[in-house]
Amino acid sequence: DSGMESGFGSDFGSGGGGGGKLDPGLIMEQVKVQIAVANAQELLQRMTDKCFRKCIGKPGGSLDNSEQKCIAMCMDRYMDSWNTVSRAYNSRLQRERANM
Amino acid sequence: RSQRGGTGRDRGNTGSAMDAPSAAGLGGADPQLQRFIEVETQKQRFQQLVHQMTELCWEKCMDKPGPKLDSRAETCFVNCVERFIDTSQFILNRLEQTQKSKSAFSESLSD
Repeated sequence: DSGMESGFGSDFGSGGGGGGKLDPGLIMEQVKVQIAVANAQELLQRMTDKCFRKCIGKPGGSLDNSEQKCIAMCMDRYMDSWNTVSRAYNSRLQRERANM
Repeated sequence: RSQRGGTGRDRGNTGSAMDAPSAAGLGGADPQLQRFIEVETQKQRFQQLVHQMTELCWEKCMDKPGPKLDSRAETCFVNCVERFIDTSQFILNRLEQTQKSKSAFSESLSD
């Protein structure tokens, strides 16, 4: 993660090039990537929280097979839920805009 | 405070799940950057709400994670999203109403 971010930092410097003129297209692309990374991290963090709650009872010495299976299923269900919510929210927004 | 564009209804500075933000003053003179910021900001607000609602609705709609999302859970998620937005709008509307009925407050609060 931090490796990725420092990579962007150095690209920023060298991408600017001669004349000190910053390419807005390049900046926009880098911002988009950083936003995507941030969203992925957010998703992972919440997913981990939810699946830990659902799948891990009394924490043992390691993750047993049933716990691992549960976590795997939970991840998929969380993604399904996320997509369902995203679609439902999008539909609602479009309906609201149509009514304005 | 900058006016919020795109909704046609001034809700002051309280945000709802429906508002579009204004990028006035951001990005300086470059209209392309300004537009980009507007679009990306709106996309992020959308993403953030999806994250938030997924988390909330998971608590209400998901029992034990199974091999697939059954139709009852799916319906629950859809309803949950709709009711969450209804709740958000209800709160804003009622807040507006209670502010209007208190003329002494409405000056300072609706800035």
